[in-house]
Amino acid sequence: MPEQRVVDADYLLLEAPRERKFITGAQAMAEAVKRANVDIAIAYPITPQSEVMHLVGDLWAQGYLKDYYRAEEEYGAMSAIAGAVRGGARAFSATSGPGLLRGIEAIASWPGHRIPAVLGVLTRVVNAPLSIQPDNVEISYLLNCGMVVLHAENQQDVFDFTLASFVISEKVDVYIPIAVCTEGFFVTHAKGYVNMTPEDMKLPPRDPYKAPVPPTDCEIPPARIQRDAPVQKSNFMSYLIHAVWQQEVWASNIRAMKYIYKYLGGPIEVVNPDAEVFIVASGCAAAQGREAVRYAQLEGLNVGLVKVKSIRPFPEKEIRQVLSKAKAVIVPEHNIVGWLAKEVKAAIPNNDIVIGGPRVYGGMTLPVELIMEKVYDAFGIKKAKKVVV
Amino acid sequence: MGLEYVRISPGFEKYMPKDYVDLVQYGQFGREVDVQQLGQFKELVEEHPMCAGCFMAYFIRIFYAALPKPEDTIVIGTAGCARLALSQAAVPFIYGNYGDTNAVASGLKRALSIRFPDKVKDVVVIAGDGGLIDIGFGMTMHSWFRREKFTTIMVDNEVYGNTGGQESGMSPRGVQLKMAPKGKQFDKINAVELAKTAGCVYVAKLAPTNPKRIAKTVRRAILAARHFGPTFIHAYTSCNIEYSIPTEKVLEDARKREKQDFGFYEWMTDEVREFFEEIERKPEEVKV
Repeated sequence: MPEQRVVDADYLLLEAPRERKFITGAQAMAEAVKRANVDIAIAYPITPQSEVMHLVGDLWAQGYLKDYYRAEEEYGAMSAIAGAVRGGARAFSATSGPGLLRGIEAIASWPGHRIPAVLGVLTRVVNAPLSIQPDNVEISYLLNCGMVVLHAENQQDVFDFTLASFVISEKVDVYIPIAVCTEGFFVTHAKGYVNMTPEDMKLPPRDPYKAPVPPTDCEIPPARIQRDAPVQKSNFMSYLIHAVWQQEVWASNIRAMKYIYKYLGGPIEVVNPDAEVFIVASGCAAAQGREAVRYAQLEGLNVGLVKVKSIRPFPEKEIRQVLSKAKAVIVPEHNIVGWLAKEVKAAIPNNDIVIGGPRVYGGMTLPVELIMEKVYDAFGIKKAKKVVV
Repeated sequence: MGLEYVRISPGFEKYMPKDYVDLVQYGQFGREVDVQQLGQFKELVEEHPMCAGCFMAYFIRIFYAALPKPEDTIVIGTAGCARLALSQAAVPFIYGNYGDTNAVASGLKRALSIRFPDKVKDVVVIAGDGGLIDIGFGMTMHSWFRREKFTTIMVDNEVYGNTGGQESGMSPRGVQLKMAPKGKQFDKINAVELAKTAGCVYVAKLAPTNPKRIAKTVRRAILAARHFGPTFIHAYTSCNIEYSIPTEKVLEDARKREKQDFGFYEWMTDEVREFFEEIERKPEEVKV
């Protein structure tokens, strides 16, 4: 058994000393799980998230987790997560692309079950045709189920978002699951610097009695407990109960925002708030957006970045405020549908300033030059040659 | 702690609903009842919306009377008819998505084992033929391959009754049902053999014609699952609506099937057999 002591959650997330390591995104997610006092993790292979669950399995073998197994497929894995969390355990799993969609019947039910689970979503193309590379269209399938959805830009974000998610999801006024998303391969398999808390400190264990709904463990009243909407008894009751519970789920989603401020520094990060042209991006497109801002600055163009960390709850108010004087908004994305551009357009009144792109998909990389093309367009600049720095 | 949470705090009895007070005073919590005393104690399931003549409802009533430790039992169900009765019982009930019972039970049982390693927590799945053998097949079989320690009871009415009478994998060959207008084209799936092959340590098949036998089988399945591995009961519980069995002929139909393909059958590992011999030894034998 490894030597770990329980420390206060706020201390661990906000004050504990940090040591810098150079690790992959998969390692960063597993390192967060190591410090999160997780009871059980349930795995199923799919590229590119398998490494995360291999490392989590190693953690179990070393004694950091109390139980772990490989399930038969993702629907089974995610259903078992629901069962374990209903029984009072703290649970983790991860998946990608087609695996997410296979498990989505169970995942979409988690919020209504009021289970605080953390799910790693390491994005990969959704068939067809087949590709295993990072395309994040799958995130758009999560946006309407009620869970909190965070999008990590890099390995540091992966560590911070994952560790914080165990704390945020278990807050009594939240109590819904959280998806920590990032791009497969570009983040999971690439190395970056991560400042991590000491590995001999862990979060307090889950207290399933500090909850808006009781766990199903035969230890706590009421004796007659059935938390699932009883269409079993009467159709009318089931309509009413479903409606009321879903209102509660979405209210919980909104309430998560204050914890995103407390533990993650807020749902957005703004670089150069006085810019005329903004790049709004999430995940590793935000990293490319950052590069584009640097290129633009070298050319004396007033470009800013809005990195969006939280997709649900979506920071409508914050984005409206930041873009209130913008002349153009560029939204680079790793998917064909442009789900982030749609969210941004829905949030601001003058959404004709939003340029829906550049977009790459199928798992392609997003060259900064593509973003710069849109920047030049926004400024009305005609370029004979692309900028090479 | 299991029993403590059902008891009423002293002085509060007069504020609790009468039927809850009866449940605590005259019910099954904290004691074992003989199924033949049904009618003389407060049952865990009292009212339910099942059809008149639903054999599943009868089986479920006996099932609850047979529980060895109802105050520490959790029942898991899924879409189908059984959940209509199961959700009414004074035993915690979980309902997820169709066919996920054995995956949910795997996670739940493991969580309870982590949190209460020294306590009895009985997890019982009760689901129909559709939920366990069609849509839930992978999850059912793999929970058995993994040797998860809980009981699965299939209430087999050989049809998807709750959705209006469609063919199920457990329907007999040739029977004409919805989605099988030309009759079922393949044989009834042999669930008992699948359960044995997959790793269940105790498997039983019965047509519920004898309440004492039902109770003993249920008890055995639950007790074996506590210590040895997954257990499975395949019960014939007819749907009188979709198979057009007059209510007064439902028991006769069950007896007929008992003579055909639902004769009482029990299979168990040697370990489980020895365990039953040990715990079911009569007091007179023990003296010797």
